[in-house]
Amino acid sequence: MRDRNLIWRDMDWITVGLYLMMVFFGWISIYSAVFNEDHSSIVDLSQRYGKQLLWIGAAIFIALLILLVDPKFFSQFAIIIYGMHLISLIMVLLLGKEVAGSKSWFEIGSFAIQPAEFMKYATALAVAFYFTNINPKVSHLRATIIAAAIIIIPAGLILLQNDTGSALVYVSFIFVLYRRGLSGNIFIIGVLFIFIAILALLLESTAQKMVLVGIIVAILAAIFYFSRRTLRNGLRLGAVLVVLTAYLFSVGFAFTKLQPHQQIRIKVLLNMEQDLQGAGYNVHQSKIAIGSGRFFGKGFLQGTQTKFDFVPEQSTDFIFCTVGEEWGFLGSSLVIVIFVIFLIRIVFIAERQRSVFAQIYGYGVASILFFHFTINIGMVMGLLPVIGIPLPFFSYGGSSLWAFTILLFILIRQDAERMKLL
Amino acid sequence: MIMHKDKYSDRKFIIYGFFIFVGFSFIIRLLYLQVLDNEYAYAADNNARRDITVYPPRGLIYDRNGELMVYNEAVFDLMVVPGQVKDIDEEMLCQLLEIDYEDYQKRFKKAKKFSSRKASIFEKQLSKTQTAYLQEKLYQFPGFYVQARTLRKYPSASAAHLLGYIAEVNDKELSSDCFYASGDYIGKSGIEKSYEKNLRGQKGIKKLLVDVYNREKGAFHEGQFDVPAVNGQKLYTGIDLEMQMYGELLMQNKIGAIVAIEPQTGEILAMISSPTYDPNKLVGRIRSANYSTLLVDTLKPLINRSLTSSYPPGSTFKLAQALIGQQEKVLNNNTIYTCNGGFHYGGLTVGCHPHNPNLNLQESIMISCNAYYCNVYRSVIENPIYRNSEAGYRKWREYITKLGFGVKYGIDLPYETTGNIPKPEYYDKYYGKGHWNSITTISLAIGQGEILATPLQLANLAALIANRGYYITPHLVAQVGDSTKRNALYTKKNQSGIDPRYFEVVINGMEDVVMKGTARSAFIDSISVCGKTGTAQNPHGENHSVFIAFAPKENPKIAIAVFIENSGYGGTWAAPIASLMIEKYLKGYINSARLPIEKRMLEGNLINYHAR
Repeated sequence: MRDRNLIWRDMDWITVGLYLMMVFFGWISIYSAVFNEDHSSIVDLSQRYGKQLLWIGAAIFIALLILLVDPKFFSQFAIIIYGMHLISLIMVLLLGKEVAGSKSWFEIGSFAIQPAEFMKYATALAVAFYFTNINPKVSHLRATIIAAAIIIIPAGLILLQNDTGSALVYVSFIFVLYRRGLSGNIFIIGVLFIFIAILALLLESTAQKMVLVGIIVAILAAIFYFSRRTLRNGLRLGAVLVVLTAYLFSVGFAFTKLQPHQQIRIKVLLNMEQDLQGAGYNVHQSKIAIGSGRFFGKGFLQGTQTKFDFVPEQSTDFIFCTVGEEWGFLGSSLVIVIFVIFLIRIVFIAERQRSVFAQIYGYGVASILFFHFTINIGMVMGLLPVIGIPLPFFSYGGSSLWAFTILLFILIRQDAERMKLL
Repeated sequence: MIMHKDKYSDRKFIIYGFFIFVGFSFIIRLLYLQVLDNEYAYAADNNARRDITVYPPRGLIYDRNGELMVYNEAVFDLMVVPGQVKDIDEEMLCQLLEIDYEDYQKRFKKAKKFSSRKASIFEKQLSKTQTAYLQEKLYQFPGFYVQARTLRKYPSASAAHLLGYIAEVNDKELSSDCFYASGDYIGKSGIEKSYEKNLRGQKGIKKLLVDVYNREKGAFHEGQFDVPAVNGQKLYTGIDLEMQMYGELLMQNKIGAIVAIEPQTGEILAMISSPTYDPNKLVGRIRSANYSTLLVDTLKPLINRSLTSSYPPGSTFKLAQALIGQQEKVLNNNTIYTCNGGFHYGGLTVGCHPHNPNLNLQESIMISCNAYYCNVYRSVIENPIYRNSEAGYRKWREYITKLGFGVKYGIDLPYETTGNIPKPEYYDKYYGKGHWNSITTISLAIGQGEILATPLQLANLAALIANRGYYITPHLVAQVGDSTKRNALYTKKNQSGIDPRYFEVVINGMEDVVMKGTARSAFIDSISVCGKTGTAQNPHGENHSVFIAFAPKENPKIAIAVFIENSGYGGTWAAPIASLMIEKYLKGYINSARLPIEKRMLEGNLINYHAR
């Protein structure tokens, strides 16, 4: 009894408050997106907002359960939880139901559950566990490889399900590794590779690519000239040149191996193709919806674009359109500000942990949410290619809401316990 | 596992920086999309709204007893906005519309040429079942939608010439009146044409929200920007539908016209032009084929002979001469002219049939003596109070015009003609000024020669005599809409300038015509019919049979003119048909004693004259 009271006292209410705010705002948006005069009752279970209300209720119940569990349960059973979720990913590949080309759903009666959503928190637990219990004798390289494996195995299984978006989420663990000491150059290298990939796609002819190679050679030569002109440096730069050139020419080839719709999505983003009716359609409609909201928005339930199915996936991946259209610049900026504050708060919580496990786990939470937030809103506003991942706490769907809730409340549970660890 | 300050602790600031950077970029992007760039807001308007023209039902048309003559039937046009058409199963659409692919492409190209953003008609007048079926599949064909329109229906299948027809607007009409859009219907003849502005109503606009699947999603802003359609006004005509239909029946297999007028009001009670056609034939998809057939028919069924064709009025014209003579004081009931087989002057003879040679005015009407009216005409033209024959003729012509000849009345039907009463200048040109007189123009005395009158004008003469001196401009429509305000033209009394007292002897003479004169076939024992026959000679063959009449003698209710081409004496065909019409109108049925006459009239086939 006393223990539970402590939880109410020690729990981070700011984060919980922001969480409830986002869930509520998300539900309002779903209500508006699928609003239909024939079914205006908010608890109509035939409508998505009615179902979402049910999911929210269940999510709060799950959150309460997590708060009641001993926090040590998660740190001690992290690997078992991780393993069980991996099994569920394998099971779904064997037994799952195929929806829109992705085999990522378990169907239990009329409910459908997406194991990939729950894999995220399990991976975050596993990564935290690994770094907490790492054998100091293990070499740095080996530690990195094992950590990478923990992250890449689930990503690979999800990729096999044909759910590229959810697989890409695991890239976000780079932030965790970075915080744990991974060289910051990883970001520079990442940006460089993305940049070259874009150029490789834009420069279609070999001659153009050769010009780019020439420029790279010139830059590397300049670096060599201004740095210590040792043989070792020369060899290093030569290796970089070989890698970059090979990468440059292989991107074009890899690109042709992508699914046609993915190719078009990328081309549309790069303005290489104007396809307002096809692949560019979603983003075009979503930009129209957001743009038409203007400064103050059209008002609750007044959106014409989202309400009338102009925007596909409006209650799931494109839910931010409804916010943009109905609440305008004011409302959508507010959502972004809330998200940023929320993310900062999570990192802040992570930083104040006295246990390594809780800190690393906290970074995992922040990284996953940050990735979702960036990719989703970037996609909806036409800044990033269309990668179908939900906006945490906003998008319609039981699996994602529950998974994010579990992800968050494990951290809150750990955080509530921090005072006891001295 | 307690943690100590680690060396990478400062990296948290870089991570905070990342979060803030992304959030900041998103807000900048939002600012650009939502505040700085208007393009998306405009795009949203076009995206979601579709303006649908709401076609008001065209006004209904009733007869004088409230019987419906014209009503509307809903049909549906399949519309296409070519710019919105994308990725459709063209083959399936072709199958649904039962057209071949080539036809589909042709239509689509045509629509695209008109406009890729505006709607044009893709398929006209789908049936209800076709529409219902198509509407279910329509979501698969973005850019296509169904637009309701109305077609005219004529339950009695009669009065085609009066009601007229509607057809698609042509380019000229499109450019002269911005009300119309391509594919709209407009009245092309009859009262559909003359009352077009009342009948068409006002189009409304319904603003709908439409999603990308071409599905209607309800009204835009709850319909507050909609413009409601205003229904076309109802027309209440003076037509007696039953008599109209009866007249058409009597006129079957005959060529000619019947015009019946209510004398006190000038309302047309019936107006028959034969041959006629079923107005339902000029509606909908079958219209153009039927129209072509009617157009090339040698009997010209599309012409309304009652006011577009003019004929020599023949002896019916003698009534006008009798009235003018009296008003000019060169004639009274005691004036006796002798007829010795006709009118003789110098070498000229106007023949007459055998009869008692000495007649007064009343008898002359009953007998229809040619010589008598040549003398009356001569006395009017050569009246010594006028300077010369030309001055006399001018005076005569003034009277004739006031009696309703040689002029258009302004009836509410298109294509009214004036007939012909020659101007003095015509004779000046023909004979030379001062070289013509009453003798040169003597055939006018008996309604022959250059003179031409429409059946409407003859019916109007009968109405004028029935009114003892005036007529009200004949018209079909008594009331437009719910307003009781009448068109001033159709209430004004047009005075003939003939003193009412001069009508008594003429009317008595007309009564005798039916009782014991040339039109005994028109006698109805319970109704005093006053009439005058005419047998109009014409250069096209057999005489036209003419009869004008009104009834009853006191407080007349109906004035009528019957004109039957190339059928002989007025008493043979025109008079009995007129009397049947009168009897039908006044009594509502035909007395059994007169049924043989009715049978003879119904069975008479006079078209063969033309075939010969």
